[in-house]
Amino acid sequence: MASKFLLVAQREYLTRVRKRAFVVLTLLVPLLIVGFGLFVGKLAESDETTEIVDVRDDSGLGIASQLVSTPQLRFQAVSGTLAEAKQSFQKQKHAGLLYLPAGLSENDPQGVQFFGKGNISLNKENRVEKALTDAFAELKMRKSGLTQTQLDQLRAKVPLNSVSVDETGKEKDSNSGVTTGIASALAILIYFFIFLYGVQIMRGVGEEKSSRIMEVMLSSVKPFDLMMGKIVGVAAVGLTQFLLWGLLSWGATSFVVPLVMGNDQSAKTEVAATPAASPALGSTAATSSSPIADKAAASAEQMNPAKRAGVIGDAFDKLHKLNIPIGTIVFGFIVYFLGGYLLYSALFGAVGAAVDDQTDTQQFMFPITMPLILSYIVGFSVILRNPDGPVAFWMSMIPFTSPVAMVIRLPFGVPAWQLALSIALLVVGFVGTVWVAARIYRVGILMYGKKVTYKELSKWMFYKG
Amino acid sequence: MQQATSRPILEARDVHKHYAAHTALDGVSLSVPERSIFGLLGPNGAGKTSLIRIITQITGADSGEILFRGEKLNPSHIGQIGYLPEERGLYKKMKVGEQLIYLAQLRGLSRSEAVARIKKWLERFDIKAWADKNVEDLSKGMQQKVQFIATVLHEPSLIILDEPFSGFDPINANLIKDEILRLKDEGAAIIFSTHRMESVEEMCDSIALINRSHKVLDGPVKAIRNQFKTNAYEVEGQGRLMVVHPDFEVIEQKERENDHFYARIQLHAGTTPNDLLRFLIGQVQVHSFQEQIPSINEIFIRRVRETMPETLNETANALL
Repeated sequence: MASKFLLVAQREYLTRVRKRAFVVLTLLVPLLIVGFGLFVGKLAESDETTEIVDVRDDSGLGIASQLVSTPQLRFQAVSGTLAEAKQSFQKQKHAGLLYLPAGLSENDPQGVQFFGKGNISLNKENRVEKALTDAFAELKMRKSGLTQTQLDQLRAKVPLNSVSVDETGKEKDSNSGVTTGIASALAILIYFFIFLYGVQIMRGVGEEKSSRIMEVMLSSVKPFDLMMGKIVGVAAVGLTQFLLWGLLSWGATSFVVPLVMGNDQSAKTEVAATPAASPALGSTAATSSSPIADKAAASAEQMNPAKRAGVIGDAFDKLHKLNIPIGTIVFGFIVYFLGGYLLYSALFGAVGAAVDDQTDTQQFMFPITMPLILSYIVGFSVILRNPDGPVAFWMSMIPFTSPVAMVIRLPFGVPAWQLALSIALLVVGFVGTVWVAARIYRVGILMYGKKVTYKELSKWMFYKG
Repeated sequence: MQQATSRPILEARDVHKHYAAHTALDGVSLSVPERSIFGLLGPNGAGKTSLIRIITQITGADSGEILFRGEKLNPSHIGQIGYLPEERGLYKKMKVGEQLIYLAQLRGLSRSEAVARIKKWLERFDIKAWADKNVEDLSKGMQQKVQFIATVLHEPSLIILDEPFSGFDPINANLIKDEILRLKDEGAAIIFSTHRMESVEEMCDSIALINRSHKVLDGPVKAIRNQFKTNAYEVEGQGRLMVVHPDFEVIEQKERENDHFYARIQLHAGTTPNDLLRFLIGQVQVHSFQEQIPSINEIFIRRVRETMPETLNETANALL
């Protein structure tokens, strides 16, 4: 009977993959991801356009000349009366006017004013304040009689380097930002995959039921094979879609984004395209076939390490250095992905089989989707903040919540016994739900014109074949 | 030939099936001969579909057994059975050709074999141009043809047709009738299940009547009708018919224009039709004279009346 199961899975897969909606979605999503990335990138870029702040310095302390311009703010001394200055910064569309009144005390500077148009953003206020504080500090340091070297040493920045230590004493860099990012991405992926494709299972079963093809199918295929064939076929569709999204997004980010973003990166592309133009590479690379061109691109990057390689490669480089158990994450993701999907899609399939009309699915959808939604919400509000807490532990053990809860915990590191127990429980969980779902399915698909209640469903479970 | 008719292709022995609220089959036994058309007749809700679902292995019997060519029915027989359910349905968004290939493969046919046979069938039904169309783009009648092809494509030796002519227009119904007879000639056994007994009566070689989850009657159609004939004769002729005779009795008599008449005459025991004829010839001009043979419908009602009089009214209502 295994071949029939495969035939069913194959049909489910092919009919879905060939649909226009699948092709459109597969092409559109990477475009959206890249487009969204570019949009955010451009926004961030535009946020970094330099704003000009006029400075009217009446203090006589020479503060204006000590204000250090940043990429965001440029300070520019203006002359004239305060009233004139107030007028002119608005006319010239400058960000604001910083006024240092006469008689300002060096040690207790009171009465400094910042005029801006409309309400002043907290961000801007902070930046101006910081520049001002720095300027006062600089001024005082200069007057303290320290040498230039001593001054430079004082100014030295102290970068914070977080290091995580594991049980074996191995030390690795830690980055809570990246870890959190990965955890969130995994949780979102699993959550949406289960929802998106679980509902597809439900619709598919409903379609078969309402088109009355069930009886023909069941005279050839066992209900269990029919249900599992559908589930596996749709899972393959999902995996195909994710694979294509991954490949297309990777392709888009490494080839399209560099072209669109900034001049420095398009310069790099030019170098890669015409290796001979790069003086450092000389004549060896001039006889270029494509692998050499790749090397040329790589060397071009080495020449200029400040310029980034492909976004993905860069990310993997960073991940490698961080204490993130990549192997465990990939393994765990696949296990929880499949386990969670199997568990939920079987239930979705049972719902599709139990009801006559798609509109009747609501009453059964709620209890099924509740644990999933709960694990998502709690995952982001509690587990992400405290991945080793009791809530995180219990939710990553219960099969209905573990797919989302556990993948959130994975990047932070999970004890092996917990992972093993959780996976074992998940397997027990999906075998159990598939068993229950198959029994409801078997009875439901041939039942028409009956308003189904929970009591009815529980009876179906004990019907004889 | 003697061999083939002696062993039935399908045999049901004391089959019981209970659902939560009611009993669908209560000790039903029947046997379907090879190379024949078998009518499974009875009103709606009699248990026909339950029996068919057991034969097609969609559900199992609670007790009793089904034998396919002497072997206990099992999944290896799926490829030898074709089933056209009462509720017709196909995948709407799937192309006709692909759908037929898929359904045939599920019945154990190889892809290449399926493709070759589909071509033949589509030509025969004159719908070849539709192979690449989605099922939902087809008319109801064409969908029915496609469904019929799907039922017989794997050349099953047992074909089960549940209410086969419902939904077909008269032209297509005739087309299907011819195909069914052809399939029988080629060696298949066919089970017709219907509550409209008159629609299949003329095609059936043997029948089983089912009522309220019990089999009430089965056997070859001719034998059954002979068994139930009442020794009554229909006479049409010209003249003035007056029957006062100890051996005959008029059940019904109608006078028609120009001195014509129609009459049904019951023969009493020990009297032959020739006796009646001789009596009639002396009186009137006989235009037609034939034995009155009850229809399966009449037999059914009579049989039910004999066996379970309390259910008659409901059953009769279901039939009308």
